Amino acid sequence: MTKRLKVRGWEHLLELLQEEQEKTGHISEQFIELTAKSIGLSISEVYGVATFYHLLSTKPLGRNVIRVCKCDPCYLKSSQLVVETIQEKLGIAPGETTPDGRFSFQLTNCIGACDQAPAMLLNHDLHGYLTPVKIDKILEACP
Amino acid sequence: MPLKRIVLKNCQIIDPRDINTYLEQDGFKALHQALGMTPEAVIAEVKASGLRGRGGAGFPCGLKWELARKSPGAKKYLICNADEGEVGTFKDRYILQNDPFTLIEAMAIAAYALSAKQAFIYLRAEYHYLLDGLLNAIDQVKAKGFLAHLNIGIREGAGAYICGEESALMDSIEGKRGEARYKPPYPPSKGLWSKPTVINNVETLMNIPAILLNGAQWFNQIGTEKSKGTKVFSVSGDVARPGVCEFVMGSRLDEIVVDWAHAQDIKMVQIGGASGGIIPYSMIKTTLSFETVLGSGAVTVYDKSRDTLDFVFRTVGFLAEESCGKCTPCREGTEVMLEILGRLTNGDGQPEDIHTLEELSNVMSLSSLCGLGQAASIPVMDTLKYFRSEYDTLIKQSIFLRSLRSQQYQ
Repeated sequence: MTKRLKVRGWEHLLELLQEEQEKTGHISEQFIELTAKSIGLSISEVYGVATFYHLLSTKPLGRNVIRVCKCDPCYLKSSQLVVETIQEKLGIAPGETTPDGRFSFQLTNCIGACDQAPAMLLNHDLHGYLTPVKIDKILEACP
Repeated sequence: MPLKRIVLKNCQIIDPRDINTYLEQDGFKALHQALGMTPEAVIAEVKASGLRGRGGAGFPCGLKWELARKSPGAKKYLICNADEGEVGTFKDRYILQNDPFTLIEAMAIAAYALSAKQAFIYLRAEYHYLLDGLLNAIDQVKAKGFLAHLNIGIREGAGAYICGEESALMDSIEGKRGEARYKPPYPPSKGLWSKPTVINNVETLMNIPAILLNGAQWFNQIGTEKSKGTKVFSVSGDVARPGVCEFVMGSRLDEIVVDWAHAQDIKMVQIGGASGGIIPYSMIKTTLSFETVLGSGAVTVYDKSRDTLDFVFRTVGFLAEESCGKCTPCREGTEVMLEILGRLTNGDGQPEDIHTLEELSNVMSLSSLCGLGQAASIPVMDTLKYFRSEYDTLIKQSIFLRSLRSQQYQ
């Protein structure tokens, strides 16, 4: 990363933010400030990119991020049941993180798995044809 | 029109992790043939085939290549658009999972025709699980020596529907917010880092090897007058058999949703994703092609138990959330539409709401910067056209409910 930081300007900005998101689970104010300084952009320019994309977060996320698809093809296959099951199981609503930092629970737009609806992404992995029993098993296997 | 496999011909037949199984299916013969032709002759062949872009807009592929090739400047870029964010579309995922080699071969041919040394695959972040398979495929192709003239890099998105729009996609590769650009200049003259750039959808590129091997004449005979070849459809929603299928252009909608996907009690079908057109059951025999309705090839079926307003509210909610916010008609228009539709679904509609929706729709489609805002009102206008009574009923109910509420206070 330090090597890339020497390259000034936009080119690697999104990549830097993606790496930071992957490594620490969020993009902190300090990181934004540091990045802006080292690549010669303003803080607002870096902040603008960090907050534009859905998968980048300026708030700390849990170790495991659940993203349930909320678009129509999944909705038609009762994705609401998936949301309710996870909500009950984890005790948090969409947009929240469990107090122990194990899970963050989000709703997301179409993840391109409409043939396996209802579907969700757990971190980077796709889980389709979800049922309450299946969700239980998937969540229990998470560290 | 029948099922026909051109784009998907190798899917489920080859092993996507082993290039040798692809070579057995005439893999890289088209590239070999192209390298023996002049770049201009390759472009002429693609142009003669009548192939049009499969991402939704349907721009002639050969013409796009020709424009970029003729643009001044030695440095040119090729981008494969794998940012498949359109609601109900998953054909590109299926292709990338099952046949990455045809795509890489097609990119090698396109890059040769354009004299581009650098190509990118822009992969949406939600498809991160496909990354390893793609990198592995690129490595295998490189090891066989087929990519001597080209470097293919993969750029990952970070979750933004708008980045499927070509100018927003380029901004995203440049590391910026993925916002649509003012056009012109168009990408073939001034694209990525202001260099001539060709951006093709995954499915568009998948046609190229077959066109070169079988000739433009062969491709030209398949499909309708203005839509040549086949189209891959992603079928989902209220159907017994969701999935990916490939039909000749000009096939009837009922062939896909009834005969292939076994849908029953259909109320309506949305074609082409969130901002796609609506086909009511009474028009189920509509043919699908660029002349009629096509979009990205998403086919989402709604049965008779579904509420139209609920669907429209959810769809506009999606578009409002995904609007990049650069131009006012789209940013504000989608929000105002959402507010009106929200009131309607909550039983607080006004008689003038329908007129306001129509007026908004006109302004947005005329003055929005990119396709998102221009097409955002299509589901609203189409449902108003075919299911007007449901809007009227809700407004009447709203008036009745309000009269009850006012009585409570008397």
